[in-house]
Amino acid sequence: MSLKAFHLIFVTLLTALSFGCAAWAFQSGSLVWGAAGIAAGIFVIVYGVYFLKKLKNVSYL
Amino acid sequence: MEIPYTIESRPDTGLYNAKLGIWLFLASEVMLFGGLFSAYVLLRVGAEPGMWPHGWLNVTFGTINTLLLALSAITTLLAWAACKVRDFTKFKIFHACTILLALTFLGIKSYEYHDKLIHYEVQLTNGKFADGHLIEKSKDFDLANKTGSVTLHGRIVEDEKDLMDLRTPAAQSAKLDEVTIAATDIKKMENYGPKHNTFTAIYFTLTGLHALHILGGTVVIFYFWAFGGAMWKTDPERFTNRIEVSGLFWHFVDLVWIFLFPVLYLT
Repeated sequence: MSLKAFHLIFVTLLTALSFGCAAWAFQSGSLVWGAAGIAAGIFVIVYGVYFLKKLKNVSYL
Repeated sequence: MEIPYTIESRPDTGLYNAKLGIWLFLASEVMLFGGLFSAYVLLRVGAEPGMWPHGWLNVTFGTINTLLLALSAITTLLAWAACKVRDFTKFKIFHACTILLALTFLGIKSYEYHDKLIHYEVQLTNGKFADGHLIEKSKDFDLANKTGSVTLHGRIVEDEKDLMDLRTPAAQSAKLDEVTIAATDIKKMENYGPKHNTFTAIYFTLTGLHALHILGGTVVIFYFWAFGGAMWKTDPERFTNRIEVSGLFWHFVDLVWIFLFPVLYLT
């Protein structure tokens, strides 16, 4: 597995963490942190798509 | 004799030597951290009701450290991508960022440790508990001989269980003051170090081991950053492979933090 593939796994887990943190924040009653978590999750997804496009010629192996 | 597959991939595995080596190493690391995470789960489910701490760690610091490591994973990838397109200047810039981010992470972690080590729980002779950060110990303070006094910035509670969940409205609204306690009134005094309870023990073990990995990774990345120029000139392909391998290790360490942060800071 190349760094590209491992980075993809990392980005996926980071997205899950961001939305998880948002859920935790909403549950704790913090709307600002919850919104920040959702924004972070969306940003990470956008970054993930960008990085995949940028490194499309690099192997996953 | 030249060692085969130091640069090109071996046809049957699709991996060059160093990549195979780092994945075997990371497999052993998964077992190491997996064992410690299992220990955390067992300690937590085995804790007496109401005696597992919540809200003891600063979520803001944890969040900042998560952001730092996420950014450092990106700069590591960009450094490798820069090597792939043979841009050594960009590699230097991105890996300088990685090193700075890692050092900032370690600085914040050190501050968090310091905060725990100056935080004391004092069991009083009247059965109550004083809890807070150490302001000062009087010059003649000696717990064994019961002389002097200690001053904390904190509060006094009736029961130790009142100190366990700091996310309750009562704990959040608790007023903190300077509390001076005479040594004669102290039954037991202990900071929030690793031996305080099972939570602090597993917290320091997990995050300490993780911080050591960050430190080790930073040393390796710094070595490539500072002294990689020679190999870059003679064998850029092999140097690029080395950057990939160090990047794989760095991503693993970042992944561990992605599990550590919610487990320790949020639950």
